[in-house]
Amino acid sequence: MRTRYSAWSLLGAARTGHGDWAPAWREAEPKARYDIIVIGGGGHGLATAYYLAKNHGVTNVAVLEAGWIGGGNTGRNTTIVRSNYLYPESARLYDFSLRQYEQLSKTLNFNIMFSQRGVLTLAHSRHDLDAQSRWANAMLCNGIDAELLDARQVQALEPRLNFGAEARFPILGGFIQRRAGSARHDAVAWGYARGASALGVDIVQNCAVTGLLKQGDAVVGVVTKRGEIRADKVAMAVAGHSSALAGLAGFQLPVTSYALQAMVSEPVKPVLNTVTLSPSLGAYWSQSDKGEVVMGGALDHFPSYAQRGSFDVMQHVVAATVEMFPSLGRVRLLRQWAGIVDVVQDSSPIIGATPVPGLYINCGWGTGGFKAIPVGGWTLAHVLATGHNHELAEPFQLQRFHTGRLIDEAAAAGIAH
Amino acid sequence: MMQLTCPLCGPRAENEFHCGGTTGIARPPLDCSDETWGAYLHFRDNPKGDHAERWRHTYGCGLWFNVLRDTVTHEVKVVYGITESRPEVRPEASP
Repeated sequence: MRTRYSAWSLLGAARTGHGDWAPAWREAEPKARYDIIVIGGGGHGLATAYYLAKNHGVTNVAVLEAGWIGGGNTGRNTTIVRSNYLYPESARLYDFSLRQYEQLSKTLNFNIMFSQRGVLTLAHSRHDLDAQSRWANAMLCNGIDAELLDARQVQALEPRLNFGAEARFPILGGFIQRRAGSARHDAVAWGYARGASALGVDIVQNCAVTGLLKQGDAVVGVVTKRGEIRADKVAMAVAGHSSALAGLAGFQLPVTSYALQAMVSEPVKPVLNTVTLSPSLGAYWSQSDKGEVVMGGALDHFPSYAQRGSFDVMQHVVAATVEMFPSLGRVRLLRQWAGIVDVVQDSSPIIGATPVPGLYINCGWGTGGFKAIPVGGWTLAHVLATGHNHELAEPFQLQRFHTGRLIDEAAAAGIAH
Repeated sequence: MMQLTCPLCGPRAENEFHCGGTTGIARPPLDCSDETWGAYLHFRDNPKGDHAERWRHTYGCGLWFNVLRDTVTHEVKVVYGITESRPEVRPEASP
């Protein structure tokens, strides 16, 4: 059976009609005991398992997924990868992630279709220009690429934007992070799953966690729909449902769950070159490799666990699209969906220990968890394997909500919450 | 689009309102510990199910009021005054 992807193996497999490819990962039956259980088979959970095995040699690991892997927020986001953050702590964290993305296809031997087409942020007013020069300069101070642009440069990059005299939101300039871009979301989940599985990790789908096994104060395993499973340590990477799982363990989180929606048009020929966002309009756009125009906007501004968005936000995003790209006005909307995101007051993640011994958490990425999958997995695996926080994750502990050392990342959402 | 019932104006579309988050949070005394103060400022139940929250009819009469709403179905169970305490809601009979 063939397991490794390369031009030669493709050619070789062609001779036998591609009948001898091994499945990308093993569908495992849960064992009675593991060293570490990771709850949540999204990007972050799968990456955690992969780095536990690869970086730390811990392979007696299970990833438990309630549905199918990558079926939650990993399959519902707009696949944007960027590190255009404001503060040094965030810049280090997200740029580490972006650098991992740059080499991920090679590392995983799985094409994640990472396309560094640039993330372009538009300025529509004098105040936008000022705020963005501060933002771009903060990035440069943190060693991250950013380039301020005038209106003509923006037009050269994205000629279909509305530069007409009648434009309601005139474009005065903007800035771009050229190393940013997009990746194929399913491929990221599948690539990590395949890598982890090859190193011995059990990936168990349709295995919802319904309770936690406790010995004294400590968590020593989980109760699932497929029976009890014991473990030395349990980690949770279940964005959107973090509070529900923390509730099972008996503590609260500084998290509120909101629906974030996105939508795509019918596929059209290439029309958009970059990922473009307009913070003032609260909308952003890119084009998928299939040709769909991918559109997103702000959160639905009330707590929700329903994986569907409100019509109000959809209408707003579509109106913004027609205003900014008049030539897309006749393109039809194809699909609309929503994922449930963890929103924390300072828009920064939480990666590390919880108040419950034996239980670790990766949550709070808000609207931007996809870009952070490599670093979320890397740093959570580090604390699970070594018992010490990774230096990148040190500022992002739960304790900051008591000490007041928040990392109030205004740039986190890209658009206003 | 969700519909909410303003106690003064009656049923109106969701986009006339602004959600102010969890309601009925009691502020601890100012000389409390950092643990208590942090919990008060940031930590929430964030329930999957009934949530008692405050809303304001921002683009209408401006009134703040309380709502008990299911965060999964978005069904509004009760609308009650901003100073009233959360009413008991009888659990629905199981089908």
